[in-house]
Amino acid sequence: MTDASSPPIPRPSKVYYFGTCVIDACFPQAGLAGIELLQREGIQVIFPQEQSCCGQPAHNSGFPEEARRVARHQLKAFAKDYPIVVPSGSCAGMLKHQYPHLFAHEPDIEEVCRFSSRIYELSEFMVKVLQVRLEDRGEPVKVTWHSSCHALREMAIVPYAKMLLGQLERVELVELQNERECCGFGGTFSVKQPAISAAMAHDKVNDIMQTGAARVLSTDCGCLLNIAGTLGYRQLNVPAQHFAEFILERTQ
Amino acid sequence: MTKTADVVIFERNVAKALDDGQLRRNLRSAMTTLSQRRRALFADTEAFEQLRAQGESIRRRALRQLPDLLEQLEGRCTANGIQVHWAETTAEANAICLDIIRRHNARRVIKGKSMVSEEMHLNHFLEEQGIEALETDLGEYIIQLDGETPSHIIVPAIHKNKDQIAHLFHERIPDAPYTEVVEELNAIARQELREKFRAGEIGISGVNFAVSETGTLCLVENEGNGRMCTTAPPVHIALMGLEKVVEKLQDVPPLLRLLTGSATGQPITTYFNMITSPRRLDELDGPQEVHLVILDNGRSSIYGDAERRATLQCIRCGACLNHCPIYIRLGGHAYGHVYPGPIGSILTPQLEGLDEAGVMASASTFCGACEEVCPVKIPFTEILRMLRNEAYAQGESEHDVKGHGYRYTTVEGLSWKSWALYNTRPGLARIGSQILGKLGQHLPMIGPLKEWTRTRTPPLFAPKSLHQLAQERGLDNDR
Ligand code: SF4
Repeated sequence: MTDASSPPIPRPSKVYYFGTCVIDACFPQAGLAGIELLQREGIQVIFPQEQSCCGQPAHNSGFPEEARRVARHQLKAFAKDYPIVVPSGSCAGMLKHQYPHLFAHEPDIEEVCRFSSRIYELSEFMVKVLQVRLEDRGEPVKVTWHSSCHALREMAIVPYAKMLLGQLERVELVELQNERECCGFGGTFSVKQPAISAAMAHDKVNDIMQTGAARVLSTDCGCLLNIAGTLGYRQLNVPAQHFAEFILERTQ
Repeated sequence: MTKTADVVIFERNVAKALDDGQLRRNLRSAMTTLSQRRRALFADTEAFEQLRAQGESIRRRALRQLPDLLEQLEGRCTANGIQVHWAETTAEANAICLDIIRRHNARRVIKGKSMVSEEMHLNHFLEEQGIEALETDLGEYIIQLDGETPSHIIVPAIHKNKDQIAHLFHERIPDAPYTEVVEELNAIARQELREKFRAGEIGISGVNFAVSETGTLCLVENEGNGRMCTTAPPVHIALMGLEKVVEKLQDVPPLLRLLTGSATGQPITTYFNMITSPRRLDELDGPQEVHLVILDNGRSSIYGDAERRATLQCIRCGACLNHCPIYIRLGGHAYGHVYPGPIGSILTPQLEGLDEAGVMASASTFCGACEEVCPVKIPFTEILRMLRNEAYAQGESEHDVKGHGYRYTTVEGLSWKSWALYNTRPGLARIGSQILGKLGQHLPMIGPLKEWTRTRTPPLFAPKSLHQLAQERGLDNDR
């Protein structure tokens, strides 16, 4: 999985935005930030109100039929030919790489593959397609970075997100010691194997704390839910934030 | 939700393992060392990717022709004077070994490391028949002293640190002085084992690769104990799973490099044995008899399914264990079966049935660390997903894994149906998110949320969903 990301395309005038269910319910501000980052590059952002979840929870839990039902719903909601930008490595991975697996033996596989080829993770789209230039207007700050596993491996888009952070002059990025290790979220894993999940989240939080960073950023709100929940439970005052929100904050 | 038996047992094992601070420190430090060494050896990622593509294609080519290669292997081995035995079950394999041992009136067996023998529970079986089977690999020797099973497929005693071994030797080996010096501990073990090698009447080993074109059994090891077991006693019994066959001699070097590099970061091991026949007339040493036992134990049913077949590509390097965030925290024993970690999680439910070991397939976050390091590119997440699907598949299942559907309950089935309904009816979703938003932090802590909040603050549902905010901002809905 060296370069699993989509090929660069000419700058489009319109994109679809797939907000993801976790962002929709728990991090809508992060979702909005992503939308604003695109809009201020002159892109028209379309948000189909029909959209819901990518279907990953069922796909990973042994319920492919239900996953396909929900997936087909997204196919309908994003029917036109625009690129689809997703502010999550994990959901983007599902839409881009898992849909073709999920539909491998289905009659609509070709339509699914066409849909999947239009998927871009937000930072990937900002760097590769929009070639965004950022100007840092914030105070000096030290942050650390959590790579979600699907952003890191399945989508391989972490370099793009870090390129964007790298453009922020007064932001110092302190890497985690075990950056490549999972935080233990894993969607339904966190409630099906709660003890292991908690142990992993605990170690991740320790790693975050030893960096001395003022906040932890990521492309993925599932992980952030897990990390922020654990930080909060341990009464540690380090905000866990989606990178789009952070970038928007510092550049306006 | 009612829990299946495998889940209950696993949860108990997990709790115990997570509670054992010493275990977790031992594992973390050992796994870090092994993975660092691996990374250093394969620092040139491009070259590594090439090698690994080669490894994958060698293994896939072998599996494609598996029945033919096995037949050829049997023919060549027999022509070379190796006696070949087929065992469909572990019980049959044990009986074959016992028969050979009895025919030689032997009582003392010395063993090199073999995971297949673990799968057979051979030591236990032989003991019951009054036959002593002594493990001679240092790690295996250590855990045998302590009455344990391997916690790792390559480094079986990795869950123990030096101090624990020092105490163990002092307590269990007669006249062994207490020492924490590694060299002295090694010397104690060597001293003990020397005597046993001399007295061994039957040698048992595993097989890393069996080359069909030449009938050669390859054995990879670091301590020389494997060579002792396969040359000193008059009889050598080699045990292999039927997937261990490769087509050509020239397939071996790349696989060997991948195996040792992935396992311990070594470019090559100290010993590499290639066994092609018993002692020939003009030879001075080596066993007079060599037997090869080829075990099926469910492998042919894995072979029969195109999607499951990749499971058999494995060359048992252990890298997937070393890099697995779950294995690193639990160690091997918590899995409760012979093969732990990612490879165990895909293999065991297929060998023993989902109803016995299906829970192992749920012990993954799909982080993909195993897939990233596996030298033969086994698609773990695909196989794990398939197994999860099988665990819930009602009626006839697509891949017919033993025990399929064992985990299905009406409650869980229904909850996924309503999840699908909720996510395909935007009206419902709108009402739902409004309720969640209103409730905010005042959700009842039941079901999944109860598990979540044992170690985390509850998720904070926003008063307005992104759907609502997007609408308020007048974003185009494309309708
Ligand atoms: S599955 Fe791959 S990484 Fe794991 S032991 Fe087998 S060959 Fe090694």
